[in-house]
Amino acid sequence: MIEAILLTIITAATPLVIAAIGELVTERAGVLNLGVEGMMIMGAVCAFAGSYLTGSPLLGVLCGIMGGALFSLLFGFLTLTLVTNQVATGLALTILGLGLSGQIGESFVGIPGVKLQPIVFPVLSDIPFVGPLLFKQDITFYLSIALIIGVNWFLFKSRTGLKMRAIGDNHGSAHALGINVIRTRYLAVMFGGACAGLAGAQLSLVYTPQWVENMSAGRGWIALALVVFASWRPWRVFAGGYIFGAVGILQLHAQAFGIGVPSQFLSMLPYAVTIVVLIIISHNRRTTLINTPASLGKPFVPDR
Amino acid sequence: MRIELEKRASASSLFQIVSPLLALALTLLFGALMFWMLGKNPGHALYAFFIEPLLEVWSLHELAIKAAPLILIAVGLSVCYRSNNWNIGAEGQFTIGAIVGSILPVLVPQWHSPMVLPLMLIMGAIGGALFAAIPALLKTRFNTNEILVSLMLVYIAQLFLDWLVRGPWRDPKGFNFPQTISFAKEAVLPELLESGRAHWAIVFALVAAVGVWFMMRYMLKGFEVTVLGRSERAGRFAGFSSRRMVWFSMMLSGAFAGLAGISEVSGSINHLQPSISPGYGFTAIIVAFLGRLNPLGIIVSGFILALTYLGGEAAQLSIGVSDKVTRVFQGLLLFFVLSCDTLILYRIRIIFGSDRAAAEGRS
Amino acid sequence: MTETIDKEAVPLLQVRGLTKYFGSFAANNAIDLTIAPGEIHALLGENGAGKSTLVKMLFGVLQPSAGEIVWTGKPQTVTSPGHARSLGIGMVFQHFSLFEALTVAENIALSLDPKIPLTKIAEEAAALSRAYGLPLDPSSHVADLSVGERQRIEIVRALLQNPKLIILDEPTSVLTPQEADKLFETLFKLKAEGRSVLYISHRLEEVQRICDRATVLRHGKVTGACDPRQETPASLARMMVGSEVAAVHRADANALGATLVDVRRLNVPARTPFAVTLKDVSLRVRAGEVLAIAGVAGNGQGELFDALSGEYPVADAETIRMRDKPVGRLGINGRRMLGAGFVPEERHGHAAVSDMSLSDNLLLSRSQSDRTAFLAGGFASVIRHDTIRSAAKRICDMMDVRKSGDDPAAASLSGGNLQKFIIGRELDRQPSILIVNQPTWGVDAGAASRIRQALIDLARSGSAVVVISQDLDEIFEVATNIAVISEGRLSQPFPAGELTLEKIGLLMGGIHDSTHGGETAHAH
Repeated sequence: MIEAILLTIITAATPLVIAAIGELVTERAGVLNLGVEGMMIMGAVCAFAGSYLTGSPLLGVLCGIMGGALFSLLFGFLTLTLVTNQVATGLALTILGLGLSGQIGESFVGIPGVKLQPIVFPVLSDIPFVGPLLFKQDITFYLSIALIIGVNWFLFKSRTGLKMRAIGDNHGSAHALGINVIRTRYLAVMFGGACAGLAGAQLSLVYTPQWVENMSAGRGWIALALVVFASWRPWRVFAGGYIFGAVGILQLHAQAFGIGVPSQFLSMLPYAVTIVVLIIISHNRRTTLINTPASLGKPFVPDR
Repeated sequence: MRIELEKRASASSLFQIVSPLLALALTLLFGALMFWMLGKNPGHALYAFFIEPLLEVWSLHELAIKAAPLILIAVGLSVCYRSNNWNIGAEGQFTIGAIVGSILPVLVPQWHSPMVLPLMLIMGAIGGALFAAIPALLKTRFNTNEILVSLMLVYIAQLFLDWLVRGPWRDPKGFNFPQTISFAKEAVLPELLESGRAHWAIVFALVAAVGVWFMMRYMLKGFEVTVLGRSERAGRFAGFSSRRMVWFSMMLSGAFAGLAGISEVSGSINHLQPSISPGYGFTAIIVAFLGRLNPLGIIVSGFILALTYLGGEAAQLSIGVSDKVTRVFQGLLLFFVLSCDTLILYRIRIIFGSDRAAAEGRS
Repeated sequence: MTETIDKEAVPLLQVRGLTKYFGSFAANNAIDLTIAPGEIHALLGENGAGKSTLVKMLFGVLQPSAGEIVWTGKPQTVTSPGHARSLGIGMVFQHFSLFEALTVAENIALSLDPKIPLTKIAEEAAALSRAYGLPLDPSSHVADLSVGERQRIEIVRALLQNPKLIILDEPTSVLTPQEADKLFETLFKLKAEGRSVLYISHRLEEVQRICDRATVLRHGKVTGACDPRQETPASLARMMVGSEVAAVHRADANALGATLVDVRRLNVPARTPFAVTLKDVSLRVRAGEVLAIAGVAGNGQGELFDALSGEYPVADAETIRMRDKPVGRLGINGRRMLGAGFVPEERHGHAAVSDMSLSDNLLLSRSQSDRTAFLAGGFASVIRHDTIRSAAKRICDMMDVRKSGDDPAAASLSGGNLQKFIIGRELDRQPSILIVNQPTWGVDAGAASRIRQALIDLARSGSAVVVISQDLDEIFEVATNIAVISEGRLSQPFPAGELTLEKIGLLMGGIHDSTHGGETAHAH
C-alpha cells in the first residue's frame, strides 16, 4: 500500500521537478518565463502525437522535448530580440499554448495512448521496497534525477554556469566583460522549454497515457512557484517537487477514502498549499532579495 | 541575418496607432495560413469568422453580450498593469463575483423587490474586490508574488463554484443537473433593446471604460497609477504609496471582474452552473494589451475579441473547424500585439551578412 | 638599446580618426590618440565629452563607426572585450562591472581562460594583490565589500592577464584622498614594469601629479595634446571646458539665523541587505547656512537622504525637527508643506520619471505642496495641465534649461539640463529648507557652476541648505560648514575654512579622532 502510494507520488512529482529545474535555469540567466504551463501542454500534445504517429513512446518523449523547446523559442525571440515585456509575453505563451495544443490534439481525444515502459535495472530492482521505487521507473524519472545533478554541477562547478549566474546577477556588467548575454539567454530559455516539454511528455505518456485538453491543469504554474520556493537552488526544487507531488496524491487518496470533506475542497489543496508555501518563503524579504537573480525579468538592450 | 534594435529618441506616436492594426493584420494573415493548412478556403473561412457575425441583428446582440465582460474586466486590468501589479486571476474574481452576487436570488428567492438587482450587482462587485484583495494582502504583507497567487485562486474559485452547484446550492427540482434554481424576474438584468438579448452589462462596461479613461487622463489618481507603474522610487518621492496602489488597483480590477461575473450570470445565464465563462478573465488580458492599456482602445479591442468568440462558434457550424481555433487566434493576436509594440519604442534594423557591427556579437 | 629605439618608433597604441555615432549624434568625432610604452597617459574631459565612449571602443564594448585602432603597429578591429584582453588591454571601469552575488574569485575567473581552475585563480589573485599592495580575500562575496575593495578586484582582475595597457576610468572618484595615494603608488609600480596606463579623469590636480602626457576631449573632439606638467590648471581647464566657467561667488560671511533643520541622534536600521545603518547621526542647519556632507559613495548618504526627505519616515518624530516641528514620522509631502524641498541623487527613476514630460515631472514633486494651484475639483483632484505647463516653462527660463520642443520627455534632456530643471523645480517654491544629494553628479561644468551658485544664493536669501556630495571641490565651493559621513556615522561639523584635504580624507576613511594615526578603516 505504502509502496503504491510512493510510486504514484514519484509519478506526480517528476513532471513538477523537471519543469521547475528548467525554469530555474532560465531564471538564473535572468529571464522570467511565465509560459511554463503553455510549453508543458505543447510538450504533452507533441509527445502524444509523436508516440501515436511513430508507435514509439520514446520518440514521443523526444517530440515533447523538441515541441517545448521550439515553442520557447517564440518567447525567446519576443523577449530577447524584440525586448517585449517578459510577464506579458509569458502569459501570451501560455494562452497560445493552451489554444494551439487543443487544436493540434483535437483528433487525439479519446484515443488510448501507449504508456512509456519502465527501464528495469536487473538485480537492483529486486531489492525489496526500494527496488521497484527507484530502479523500475520510466526514463523520465531517471532524467529528472540526472537533470537535478547535472544542473547543480553546471551552475556551481562549470565556467559556463558561472557566466550564466553572472548574467542573471548583472547583465550590463556581463556584456561589458564580453559575455554574450543574448545568446546565453536564448539557450537558457530553450533549456527551460525543453524541460517543460519533457514534463509535458511525462504527463501524456506516463502519468495519464492519453491526450486530454488542458491536461497540465496548472502544473506549469506550480512549477513556477516551486522555483521561488527553492530559492533558485536545484536540490530544493527536488525536495519541493516531492512535497507538492505528495500533496496532490494524498488528496486523491483522501477523496477515494471519502473522509467526509467534499472532493472539490481536496482538489483545491495543491493550489492552496502553493499559496501557503509562497507566503512562508516570501515572508522573509531579506533572503528573497539575496537569492533572487538581480536582473530577473529586466529587459536588456546592448549598446552598439 | 540579425535583428538589431535602436531606441527612438521619443516614443513614436505613429506606431502607437499603427502597431495594433499591424498586429491585427498579421493575425489575419497567419489565420488565413492556418485555415489553408487545415484544408479550408482561407478567404471563405476568414469571412465566416470575422464578417458573417456582423451581418445579423441577433448576432450583433451576442457580440455586445460577449464584449461586455471582456471590456469591463480589461479596463480594470489596465489600471493594474499600468501600475505594475500583475493580476492575472480575473477569471477567479469573475467567478466569485458571480457567486456572491447570486446569494440573494439563490438563497432568498422569495424576496421580490426592485432592490434585489442593484444589491446583487453591488454584492458581486464587492465579492470580486474582496477576492482580489487576497493577492493584494499577501503582496503587501508578505511580499508574495501576485501573479502566482491570483492564478492559484482561479482554480480555487472554480472548484468552489463546482462544489456549490453540485452541493448546497443545487436546484432540488433540477433533475440532478449541477445548477442552481433559475433567477426570479427581479434578479435578471433587463435587456437593453427590443431587438435582441443584449443586456445592461455593455452599458456598465462602457461607463467603466470612460470613467477610468477620465481618471487616467485628468485626475491625480491616474497620474499616481502611471508614476508608480513606471518607477516605484519616483512614486515614493512624489509621496505616493505603492502599497496602497497594490490595494487600489487589485481591488478595482477585482470589483470590475466581479461585476462582470454577476452581470453575466444575471443577464445571460440566469442561474449558476459549473462553467459560467469561456475564459473571459484570461481573454481580457489580451483585450487590455490590444487596447494598449488605454480604456478607449479597450472598448475597440473588446469588440474585436468578442468577435473571435462569435466567429469561432459561427465557423464551427458553417465551415466545420473546431472552436479551438478561437483560442489560437487570441493567442496569436496577443503575440503580435506585443511584438508590434516594440516598434513604438525602437527602430528595428535587419542586418544581412556579417558586417563590422555583426562581428561584435561574438566573444 | 635597440629595444628602446623600437619603442620610440612603434607606439603601443595609436588611434586614428576614431568616430562613433549614436543615431545622428557624434559621441566621438575623429579622435587621434597615441600612447607610448611605459607612460601614464591622461584622457581629460568633463562629463559628456566622450571619454567613456572612446575607451569602450578601445576595449571592444562598442564598435567604431569610422577610424582605426593600431595596436603595437598593427591595425586591429577590437571585436569584443575578450579580444581586447587577448591583445593585452585591461580595463578598470568607473561603474564597476562586478557581480554582487558572486565571490571575488568567481568575478575574476569570468574574465580569464576557462581552463584555469577556480582554486588556482584564487591563489594567484591573492598573491598578486599582496604584491601590489591591494589586499583582497578571494572567497568573500562582492556584496559585502567596500567601494575601494571593489576597485581592487577590478585592478587585480586586469593585472592577472598581464596587460600591456591598463585603462582606468575615473578611478579616484570613489576613493578617499589617502586611498587615491595608494592607487597612485600601484600605478607607478606598473609604469616601472614598462606597462602603460590610460588614466581617465576630470581632476586636473591628479593628472598633473601622475601623468606623463595628456589628451583633452571636448564635445567628442580632441582639443589638445600636451604634457600636463607644462600646463597650468587654468590652461588645462580651458582646453577641457572651452571657455572660462563662471566662478561661483559667495558672500564672505552670511549672518546665520534660526535653526531650521535639527537632527538628534538619528538611528535607522538597514532596510535591505545592501543598505547602510545610520548610527547616531546629529546635525543642525541654520538659516543662511550651507551644510555640506562629504563622504565616499555607499557610506549612508542615500539612507540619510531618505530619512531627511521622509521617503522613509523614522520611528521617533522628535529625532528630526524642521522649522521647530517634529517631522520624523511625517511623509515627504508633509515635510514639503512645511517649506522643505528635496533633490535626490538619481535623476532617472527617482527625481524624475524618464519618459514623462517636464510638466508631469513638475507635478511629481509638487502635487500636494502646490495643491491649490495645480489641482482643481476638490476630492476628484483634476489636474490643471495648463497651469502646470506654464509653471514648467517658468522654471526652464529661470534655470536656462535647454530642451527641444515645448514640453519634452525628461529622458530627452541632457544630464545637466535635467538636473537644472530638477533643482529649479524646488527653487521655484523658494523653500526654506533644501536638501540635495549629489547636486552635480554627471553634470557638465557650466550647469554645475550654475547649480552651485543657485544653492549659495538660496542660502544667502535665508534658507537652510544641506548638500550631500562626493565631490570635494564642490564641497569647498559651496559649504559654510562641512561634516563627513562614513559607514553611517556623521562627524561633527567643521567650518569650511578650517578643514584641510588631509583631515577630510581621514574623516572619510572613518577616523574621527586623528590621534588614531593614519590607518584608514578600509585598509585591511
